[in-house]
Amino acid sequence: MAEGPTPLVEMRGIEVAFGGVKAVDGVSLDLYAGEVVGLLGHNGAGKSTLIKVLSGAVPARAGEILIDGAAVRIASPQDARRHRIETIYQTLALADNLNAAANLFLGRELTTPTGLLDEERMEAETRRILARLNRNFDRFSTPVRSLSGGQRQSIAIARAVHFDARILIMDEPTAALGVQETAMVAELVRQLKAEGIGIFLISHDIHDVFDLSDRVTVLKNGRLVGTRRVAETTQDEVLAMIIQGEPPSSSRHPREGGDP
Amino acid sequence: MKSLSSLLAKTELSPRLVGMLAVLAAIWIGFDLVTDGLFVTPRNLYNLSVQTASVAVMATGMVFVIVMRHIDLSVGSLLGVLAMVMGVVQTQVLPSWLGFENPATWMLTLAAGLLLGLAIGGLQGYVIGFLGVPAFIVTLGGLLVWRGAAWWVTQGQTVAPLDSRFVLLGGGPGGTLGATWSWVAGGLAMAAALLAMARSRRGRRKHGFPLRPLWAEALVAGLLVAAIAGTVLVLDAYEVPQRAAERIWQTRGLGPLPEGYVMVHGLAISVVIVVVIAIVMTVVGRSTRFGRYVYATGGNPDAAQLAGIDTRLLTVKVFALMGALCAVSAAIASARLQSAANDLGTLDELRVIAAAVIGGTSLAGGVGTIYGAIIGALVMQSLQSGMAMVGVTASLQSIVIGVVLVLAVFVDQLYRRGREE
Repeated sequence: MAEGPTPLVEMRGIEVAFGGVKAVDGVSLDLYAGEVVGLLGHNGAGKSTLIKVLSGAVPARAGEILIDGAAVRIASPQDARRHRIETIYQTLALADNLNAAANLFLGRELTTPTGLLDEERMEAETRRILARLNRNFDRFSTPVRSLSGGQRQSIAIARAVHFDARILIMDEPTAALGVQETAMVAELVRQLKAEGIGIFLISHDIHDVFDLSDRVTVLKNGRLVGTRRVAETTQDEVLAMIIQGEPPSSSRHPREGGDP
Repeated sequence: MKSLSSLLAKTELSPRLVGMLAVLAAIWIGFDLVTDGLFVTPRNLYNLSVQTASVAVMATGMVFVIVMRHIDLSVGSLLGVLAMVMGVVQTQVLPSWLGFENPATWMLTLAAGLLLGLAIGGLQGYVIGFLGVPAFIVTLGGLLVWRGAAWWVTQGQTVAPLDSRFVLLGGGPGGTLGATWSWVAGGLAMAAALLAMARSRRGRRKHGFPLRPLWAEALVAGLLVAAIAGTVLVLDAYEVPQRAAERIWQTRGLGPLPEGYVMVHGLAISVVIVVVIAIVMTVVGRSTRFGRYVYATGGNPDAAQLAGIDTRLLTVKVFALMGALCAVSAAIASARLQSAANDLGTLDELRVIAAAVIGGTSLAGGVGTIYGAIIGALVMQSLQSGMAMVGVTASLQSIVIGVVLVLAVFVDQLYRRGREE
């Protein structure tokens, strides 16, 4: 990854507190176009909270966000969408009572000239998109409640990539998936990366992350432990960072990526 | 049995709709047998349609409220206060500058009622959505507040008589379409239904989506046309008594009733209002962003918020809509009684909620249909009038209706569990 260009996203000194408890405490990280940065850490390390600041779901108490080097204000999911930041939430954030097309276009419905919902165009688009992601998908009129984990995941992913995302946040994208579907997601991540999209990948599965990421960032108890290039580190070193909350003393790698 | 249900699936008619219609048919046939053919008569069915109208209108709004995981216990009291205000507006406020029996009185009165309903509903929605007080509490408070306010409007005095055009909204004498206009309305409804089906089919074919077989399409269309024609036929068969007909002709300035002319009721104006509101609310629920967001929020409030939907403002809008519908019901109810009393609509909140729930609206949110709520209202009213006709005491009537309500929800849950597995 070239160090020259401006990062796509920079988060500086982000701080989030829930009722006095600091969930995220002064974390800084960055992401370049066409790069995958993995976020690792135990449950409660602050990965999801940090990323929700970027997606507009959680307000930060301090810190700033820069996109293409310019400071931006992200106070709501709409703001995030305006900056072409899309998120696939761990819970998938689907309305279970609605069908695939209604979920895919939720908040961004297509309408006819009369202002009514254009169900047919939305279904046609949904069929086109999902055919690319998951060829087995054929249940377009049923509520997504009755779909399998993989099918629901396909909808959540389709929703994030369909609207020209530049920055994609994937929170545990493979948690609910089988082997085949996990491979499908991995393939998709590589494809999106090749298209120049920047991806934050959150996972507790270190193998997944090493497989797909260019860099990994480790958090513990809301604090940044460190960032490493996958090519220049080992799973053991990163594992030690996750568990101990500090780089191993024998580490030869300087901390990089986080500080400006 | 298996082939029947697979045939039914091909028509894409909701099994729940078919089930509810079967229950309604069973109730009607049962009471007809017990009363020796007094229940399924044009006269009784006409009365049933008129008695159901007020609750049916509010039930369509309650569907949205419950779909959004809220509840509105204030609708009966809201109906009361709105009816009182509209009563005073048309008998005291407007006549002071328009004179009595001005042709615009009924419209201005209704407009005032709608605005006040929107405002009160919106206020309750604001407290629920923005101040975060649970809907149950806010509207329980509303139940007391608005009933008290209804008394205050005239210090408890009943307002009567109402404007002669306004009372036509209730579907009383003269407040019906008559034979010809009933057929015109029925014809329009058929044309609209067939057009909508044809458009939907054409759209699906254009995109190459699966279509339902032509025979199923024809069957559904045939059933729709038959249902509409049947309704008009039945209501047109209810004749207006000779003397009342003469009086209506005179008040309309048509002179004496021609020899041998038989005047019939046809569709009551209140029933036309219900049908129009049902169609509008169905379109709103299925084909507008607003409706889509109501259902999405009910299905998963977090997902709706993350999708950028302002669920608080949506709450205000849904309760404001409910308030406006209460105004329509208040007009229908007071017009039917030709007076506005401060206890009008007492316990209606329970009838309205029961109608929505019997019609398949889930209190867990996200699920509910407008047509279901209207059939639910019809089921409730059928049970009540049927029992009254048979001579069941009022106390036993409440017991039966209470049991039916619980039973309906229980059966509905069984059905839902069955489908999920």
